[in-house]
Amino acid sequence: MLEQFPILSLLIWLPVFGAVLCLCTGGDKHAHVARTIAVVIAITNMLLCIPLWMYFDPNLYDMQFVEDHLWIRAFQTHYALGIDGISLVMVVLTNFTGLLVVIAGCHSIKLRVAQYMATFLTLQGMIVGVFCAMDAVLFYVFWEGMLIPMYLSIGIWGSANRSYASIKFFLFTFFGSILMLVALIYLYNQANSFMIQSFYHLPLNLTMQIWIFLAFLIAFAVKVPMWPIHTWLPDAHTEAPAGGSVVLAALMLKLGVYGFLRFSMPITPLASEKLAGLMIVLSLIAIVYIGLVAIVQTDMKKLIAYSSIAHMGFATLGCFMVYEIIYRVHNLQDAYMSLEGAVIQMVSHAFGSGAMFLGVGLLTERFYNHSRLIKDYGGVANTMPVFAAFFMLFAMSNVGLPGTAGFVGEFMIIMSACQTHFWVAGFAALTLILSAAYTLWMYKRVFFGPVTNDYVAGFKDITWTEKTNYILLTIGVFFVGLYPQAIINVLRVTLGHLLLQSITSDLAMNVVI
Amino acid sequence: MNLLLSELSAALPEIFILCAACFILFIDIFISDSRRIVTYFLVQLTLVIAFIIVLLQFKVHPDPIIIFSGHYILDGLAIISKLFIYLFSFFAFVYAREYIQSRKIARSEYYLLSLLAVFGMSIMASAYSFLTIYLGLELLSLALYSIVAMHKESHLAIEAAMKYFVLGGLASGMLLYGMSLLYGASGGIRIDLLAQALQEQQNMVALMALVFMLGGLMFKFGAVPFHMWVPDVYQGAPTSVTLFIASAPKIAAFVITMRILVQALPSLHINWEHILIVISILSMCFGNVLAIAQSNLKRMLAYSSIAHIGYTLLGILVGPIVPQGYSAALFYISTYVLVAAGAFAIITIMSKDGIELDQLSDYRGLNARHPWLAFMMLLILFSMAGVPPTVGFFAKLGLLQALVQANMVWLAVLALIFALIGAYYYLRVVMFMYFEEPIEASNTPIHVSSDVLMAISINGSAALFLGVFPSFFIDLCRISVG
Repeated sequence: MLEQFPILSLLIWLPVFGAVLCLCTGGDKHAHVARTIAVVIAITNMLLCIPLWMYFDPNLYDMQFVEDHLWIRAFQTHYALGIDGISLVMVVLTNFTGLLVVIAGCHSIKLRVAQYMATFLTLQGMIVGVFCAMDAVLFYVFWEGMLIPMYLSIGIWGSANRSYASIKFFLFTFFGSILMLVALIYLYNQANSFMIQSFYHLPLNLTMQIWIFLAFLIAFAVKVPMWPIHTWLPDAHTEAPAGGSVVLAALMLKLGVYGFLRFSMPITPLASEKLAGLMIVLSLIAIVYIGLVAIVQTDMKKLIAYSSIAHMGFATLGCFMVYEIIYRVHNLQDAYMSLEGAVIQMVSHAFGSGAMFLGVGLLTERFYNHSRLIKDYGGVANTMPVFAAFFMLFAMSNVGLPGTAGFVGEFMIIMSACQTHFWVAGFAALTLILSAAYTLWMYKRVFFGPVTNDYVAGFKDITWTEKTNYILLTIGVFFVGLYPQAIINVLRVTLGHLLLQSITSDLAMNVVI
Repeated sequence: MNLLLSELSAALPEIFILCAACFILFIDIFISDSRRIVTYFLVQLTLVIAFIIVLLQFKVHPDPIIIFSGHYILDGLAIISKLFIYLFSFFAFVYAREYIQSRKIARSEYYLLSLLAVFGMSIMASAYSFLTIYLGLELLSLALYSIVAMHKESHLAIEAAMKYFVLGGLASGMLLYGMSLLYGASGGIRIDLLAQALQEQQNMVALMALVFMLGGLMFKFGAVPFHMWVPDVYQGAPTSVTLFIASAPKIAAFVITMRILVQALPSLHINWEHILIVISILSMCFGNVLAIAQSNLKRMLAYSSIAHIGYTLLGILVGPIVPQGYSAALFYISTYVLVAAGAFAIITIMSKDGIELDQLSDYRGLNARHPWLAFMMLLILFSMAGVPPTVGFFAKLGLLQALVQANMVWLAVLALIFALIGAYYYLRVVMFMYFEEPIEASNTPIHVSSDVLMAISINGSAALFLGVFPSFFIDLCRISVG
């Protein structure tokens, strides 16, 4: 029965419908109506994820819950949705984050509440769409469509330098995706279909594969973001409202890695193999160099933004180490673990950084001029003990303490890398020191010590709505940290299949299973 | 020459518009000044009836028919472009009504001259010989020159009209010169006969004629390097007139370009293809780059229209290799006209009280003052920038697909890079509307009358609706251009 039920469409369009409803409530006079609608929609969406998870069959690598309708006859484009293991994890993560953002927005947003809720609900719908799309044009429409609400959310509710940050964000991501569009159209002309599945195993020669890979690389590397095109991220993160930062960090950055997994690796396996070295070097630069940059930040949000780049470097490292591992030690099991680590890293980073952005958001909201500078705070633990405890946990997850979410992905990636390249693993492991340095040093300066000024002395501890958010996040952090097997079970078959599609026949011959 | 009833029925829309124009002109003499609104309604009624007639023709005549000794054609291209012309003119008049009411612009003459311009465009859409093409074009141009000048108090408008007239006259002259050369070379003025006559040899005279005619056509389109008049005229003309100039005539110009280049001179396609590549790149480049520097919204949109013409030309130039290019170009220009009309309509709505509010800073905080209007403008701007899910994206997708299929990937990449540059100035308008608060002085509620609100809502939502469900519209363009 559930097979026919368009649950994915519902997950995409229910938030959009909710957004329209929110807008209908008009101005700020009926703000509470808009808030209620948004929360109800977000909770409904979260509840819809339960049957999605339960009826998902982890033993199939095919797309599930498929919906397929002809959309544009002229281009043979389909409205085709479906999810596999990776998509399922990301869809649930999206809805979870969407709920957090809406709850957080209830409290912190006072101006244009209806528009705020509408923007974030639309954004949530669009991102679910990206993870579900099986058709390249549909994927692209969602991929670009979410830029509009994101651009508006940074620009309208952001802080002082918001116009600059929002335009920079838009132009960077737009630049990335236009090259991807050309690549997709090229693939369409080869395959005569826009279905992503039909792009796999197209007979493309190496030169063509490298061009396509580079076009995809720019699109996805902007989103991840990878050094050296990461510069939009610190700006966008810092200027965005707390909710915007959370969506950026928890979801939008994941789209880049998702793109590598869905497009680059299976469509252009030969080029991925040839350029894996480059990708690994770029990832290591992100991990080490950006980690060092994070240490010297004086702005809390900027610090977390840089730490996001460093953590996402792990995810890309995990994706592309696969080729090195297979090439050198011919071990599919290690390669598989590396890929798994990448996906887990995406999930755990969403919890850790999302929580920290929310935390900084509510700190700045309490400060009189919404300062984000570390030096303006000090001794917050004295006035907000509960908050300090929660924040400690998320800081630890960001550092990668065993038992928290941050540990699992990093550990898997480093361990599998260790089998092949001791030095790569060594450099990657530096992050454990670096992230401890910047996160804990910031924590020390903001939370410990004597209360520095009257504003901090006047802080009130977190309210129940805020606590709700943190409890949800705590559950997430411990769930991934202590029982990652639940996620791995869902991913296993999908990633295994992906791995076989992503390696060329030359490599596959060497594999010891 | 014996006129058959069937021949007359094919030309019924034009005959009807002409009769109606004369009738309204006659009626208008007897109407007192206070009841000038009657003229407006009669003109709109004429357009609606003409629209319905063409719609019926669409059903009756599936195959192209050529009548009046080969001077007039009724085919898919003619029908669909006439539908667009009537539709966009209808919208242009709805938006113009209040705008010209608040200024001292002769009202009935305004509508009547515009109706004659519509008549001219209608002839252009169906023209199948140089004679009819030129007649239609001149009828359109002369009517436009005079309505630009109609706002007598405005020096800018008079200056714009003068520039438009002089440069437009020059362009017509070039076109006519090219036509006469071609007549000399082939001995015919009918499109189909020309195509036959020029089939064999590479004719130097024909090549010469091609250059002149392209000059004239690109002048009418406003493509670089014949674009100088566009910013001045767009800015100087009363906004309701700018709206009109920016909408329907672009489609008429597209049709005659198709007739002359594609249908009459297919044998020279290598030559015009190369010229068009240069013109199109220059248009996209200059249009998008210069638009960034503008602080006047009308002028900015003028430069943006130059850029969009550059994109449209991409579709025409790729057409000889990949036939979908033509329909992609038609789709592109018609959707562009749709959103351009909407954008200028917002300016007319804002400038209702006799003051032109066409500076970018006038749109500061529009979201706070009138959220719906700001949202419509948002959709329109994102459609111009080509961001999905608006229709502008699918217009670009069609063009790019044709380009990539024709192995012109470099041109597709170039077009997209210029689109990226273009995105910046559209975003800047959004920035003013959404990210800033209105300044105290201008923070008054905006009154929009219900018919205009309805029209702009349809116009703006169409940019989104056609983006979500573009299939029907793309198929329509494919069928009609075939």
